[in-house]
Amino acid sequence: MSTTGTRLALALGGRLEPRPHAALGRRRGVVGRVLPPMVVGVLLLALWQGYVALSGVREGTFPSPLEVADALVRDRSLLLSSAWTTLSEILLGYGVAIVVGIALATAVSSSRLIERAIYPWLVVSQMIPIPAIAPVVVLWTGFDIRPKLIVIALVTFFPIAVNTIDGLRATDSELVGLLRTLGAGRLEVFRIARLPNALPYVFSGLRVSAAFAVIAAVFAEWVGSTSGLGVLILDYGNQAATADVFATVFVLALIGVALFAAVGIVERLAVPWWQVEQ
Amino acid sequence: MKLAAEGLAKRFAGGVEALADVSIELAAGEFVSIVGPSGCGKSTLLAMLAGLLEPSAGRILLDGVAARDGLLGRIGYMPQRDLLMEWRTTLQNATLGLELAGVARAVARERALAEVGRFGLAGFEDRRPSALSGGMRQRAALLRTFLAGRDVMVLDEPFGALDALTREAMREWLLGVWEADRKTILLVTHDVEEAVFLSDRVYVMSGPPGRIRTAVEVSLPRPRTLELTATPAFAELKARLLAPLREEARSALGSA
Repeated sequence: MSTTGTRLALALGGRLEPRPHAALGRRRGVVGRVLPPMVVGVLLLALWQGYVALSGVREGTFPSPLEVADALVRDRSLLLSSAWTTLSEILLGYGVAIVVGIALATAVSSSRLIERAIYPWLVVSQMIPIPAIAPVVVLWTGFDIRPKLIVIALVTFFPIAVNTIDGLRATDSELVGLLRTLGAGRLEVFRIARLPNALPYVFSGLRVSAAFAVIAAVFAEWVGSTSGLGVLILDYGNQAATADVFATVFVLALIGVALFAAVGIVERLAVPWWQVEQ
Repeated sequence: MKLAAEGLAKRFAGGVEALADVSIELAAGEFVSIVGPSGCGKSTLLAMLAGLLEPSAGRILLDGVAARDGLLGRIGYMPQRDLLMEWRTTLQNATLGLELAGVARAVARERALAEVGRFGLAGFEDRRPSALSGGMRQRAALLRTFLAGRDVMVLDEPFGALDALTREAMREWLLGVWEADRKTILLVTHDVEEAVFLSDRVYVMSGPPGRIRTAVEVSLPRPRTLELTATPAFAELKARLLAPLREEARSALGSA
């Protein structure tokens, strides 16, 4: 497949056929992939710094990147301990979502009856207005990690479940037939064909969920928490410490990017036959 | 008879009649082909022989007995597409049947390694299917079918997607493999030359709904090489088989 074709397929959200020579392109492309976003990032920071310097806007209203960097250094110990709190919430909630999402997907794809019985409720679960229900969850469980876990898992299990269901379903029915003629039962068909076939889809869901998990964690902390980056944002906001708010958001973004990248690395290892340019 | 189909018919839910009345016979060690136009029900017939579809009428006898629990798992089946799994190496794809039969991994690997030379896959044992050429992929799929170890194998247009030169070479190669093992093979194709070159008997199928129009015995001497296709006897057989197929194609166009 040509590079243009590849880009187009990715832009349209399409999936790619396995590419046998992707490794070659990857080695050559590391600089090519890291450099452009760096350039854009530096450009944006320069624009930002320039705007703040030239427009004379007050620091309390709109801090410059340098002031944010200052705040990052000044608040580092509090940021670090809060980041740890939020990161553990995210990892635990995300972990629960992975287990629940994949288990539900496996159940749904195992029988038509279970699919009809469960699938509509999975969709309904995403209609729940989290802001309305989160305080109630806190009422039930208290201020420990549980409400955060529940909110994060509720938000992130859905993309994982839906993608996994699609992947399990997308297994070539002729391949299933062939395996049956070779003596495979349902479990063996699942292990040999359906599960590996679904893996690239599972990772698509994991990547989408990784981005949601960070937002969900902040919200969960806003409703009922005494520590974490979300709480820190509220505190700094109340003190009109704008630069510190931005510094906290920066750390949150780092966590999000790291989570996203980690999923990508695991995908490379788990699905080596499936090479997608990222 | 090793394998016999008697009055097979298939009507799908929704009323589509794929097969009307198909009877064929294969003696042990015979190579038999079915030729017919696209959509005449050949693949439906093979899927039924492989036990993947229930016939609406008629019966299938394996070693003279109607299989009580169906034929699933008792007939070697090679579908049109190679269906090699990209998450397995060539060898892991080829040993699927052995793996599912509970053969130890090391034993299965050894049995497969003993065959890779004959199947032209040497050096590609541990490569993924995407590294194989079209011809190699078909040979890997055939090796998977062979290693499953069934006495009877049904092959659905195994060379249909290959270029003409590769296809010719593969025919000769398949004949060599068959002559060494003498399995019972039923091959479906739309290529008359392929059918005559390989077979002891050729059934001509028409449809839909699929029917056997005629059967032609091919008594050309074996072992055969590609040079045989240039002889008058070969041309005469080919013409006899082509006549009913051409008639069929003309009437299909006329009625369209």
